[in-house]
Amino acid sequence: MSLYSEKVMDHFKNPRNVGVIEDADGVGEVGNAKCGDIMKMYIKVRDGILTDVKFETFGCGSAIASSSMATEMIKGKPLDEALTLTNKAVTEALGGLPAYKLHCSVLAEQAVQAAILDYYKKNNIPYDESRFKCALCAHEHDVHGEEE
Amino acid sequence: MEIYADHAATTKLSPAAAKAYAETAAVYYGNPSSLHSAGQRAQEQLIACREEIASILNVSPREIYFTSGGSESDNQAILSAAHAGAKKGKKKIISTAIEHHAVLHTLEKLKKEGFEIVLLPVGTRGIVSTDDLEAAIDGETALVSVMAANNEIGTIQPIAEIGAVCKRHGVLFHTDAVQAVGHIPVDAKAIGCDYLALSAHKFGGPKGVGVLYCRTGAPLTPLIEGGAQERGKRAGTEDLPAVAAMTAALKESVADMGATEALLRRLQDRLIAGLEEIPHCALNGDRHCRLAGNTSFCFEGIEGESLLLLLDEKGIAASSGSACTSGSLDPSHVLLAIGRVHDVAHGSLRLTLGKENTEEDVDYIIRSVKEVVGYLRNMSPVWRDLQEGKRTYIL
Repeated sequence: MSLYSEKVMDHFKNPRNVGVIEDADGVGEVGNAKCGDIMKMYIKVRDGILTDVKFETFGCGSAIASSSMATEMIKGKPLDEALTLTNKAVTEALGGLPAYKLHCSVLAEQAVQAAILDYYKKNNIPYDESRFKCALCAHEHDVHGEEE
Repeated sequence: MEIYADHAATTKLSPAAAKAYAETAAVYYGNPSSLHSAGQRAQEQLIACREEIASILNVSPREIYFTSGGSESDNQAILSAAHAGAKKGKKKIISTAIEHHAVLHTLEKLKKEGFEIVLLPVGTRGIVSTDDLEAAIDGETALVSVMAANNEIGTIQPIAEIGAVCKRHGVLFHTDAVQAVGHIPVDAKAIGCDYLALSAHKFGGPKGVGVLYCRTGAPLTPLIEGGAQERGKRAGTEDLPAVAAMTAALKESVADMGATEALLRRLQDRLIAGLEEIPHCALNGDRHCRLAGNTSFCFEGIEGESLLLLLDEKGIAASSGSACTSGSLDPSHVLLAIGRVHDVAHGSLRLTLGKENTEEDVDYIIRSVKEVVGYLRNMSPVWRDLQEGKRTYIL
């Protein structure tokens, strides 16, 4: 189908880092089933580095591809750098998404932030709230909005 | 491997229709409105097609109007009846929650004009009740519009009974028979409808051509002005090659109907039984009172678009009522109307078979759907939650 770029189809058909990390240091879940997409991100952290990232996604092709791409973009990176990941960067790395699918890349950004936030909270690490705007508002992200 | 299982979306042009199209375009190229012989020869062909289609629907040729397809026919019928009703002070229209958007969007437009629109429920079986219709119908009612068969879940509506109710109350009755004509017997006279819409490409005819049956005496106003074609009710030079192809396709579908239906029932039984082996799924719509070609399921824990994409990778063309496939926020209004909650409606799959499909196709579809559903569930956090008891199964 030509709805998606080759990159999207590649990440959809051969998603990277699918699965669960049983002893994850942080877990973030965003979206909801009512809207048709949920992303769950599991992270492993050592010395401030994301040593492992895995995801599970319930959603359409672009949601799965966005999750896969996001994990690839943050794996092995310092937490600080992972927090700078934007939906725009995910979309660009995927070679673009149809306009009405952009919210999928937003979910990916939110899932990454939610997992890191969970890690900070669990370990009582002080954090700068302003860096988690996206994850903190994720709970209200019930309706596919105009994230563009 | 390429398996086309989306016949409710559209069908391949049948060889008979293709032949009729090519021959008519080459030989009867005249404008049917022209006085010269070339025009008159085309006119004769047009008359012959009109008679053929009228005879199949058991109506008079004068009641057949050629249009651009089902949507135009639905629009014209509903707007004509509504506006005629309004002139008599009747501004209520009764329809169902599972109509095609060609009907629903027209009704929404009328609602903005001040009409009262009542959409009857269809229950979990996806079939409207004549009792509900009886209860809703009153002196204010201008029109009842109920589809003959649903496009998403294939359920067949009791339109002959509905026709009788409407007749008793003296209310105009329109039926969108786009999914029914060419697949199940449709006798407009026996149904007692005032309007009936059909579309050629659902039964092997070309896209962009259809019919509006309008009973003599029922109000009909043109949507398109500009000529005396179609008794002044639909201007524009008739697409005679398309009309001829539609006529050939309909003739063929009706002649083969018994055999096609028997084949499709066999395939449907096999497909439903095979897919029901997948845990936590459900057939959408009544099991028996449905078109033989239609199989519609919801699978819990997955989303329909990813299912479609992966099936397409395996060479299977199918369809889904998930929000992601429609580009809207909500999943199919039909699935919601039969009580599927959003979470589950997103995981829907519609397989609509045609006479070219085989048992081998069905077995391949079953294997592929099982594999793909399993694969998607494996990466679904919803499915994990369901399995771990953190979420309750709906199906």
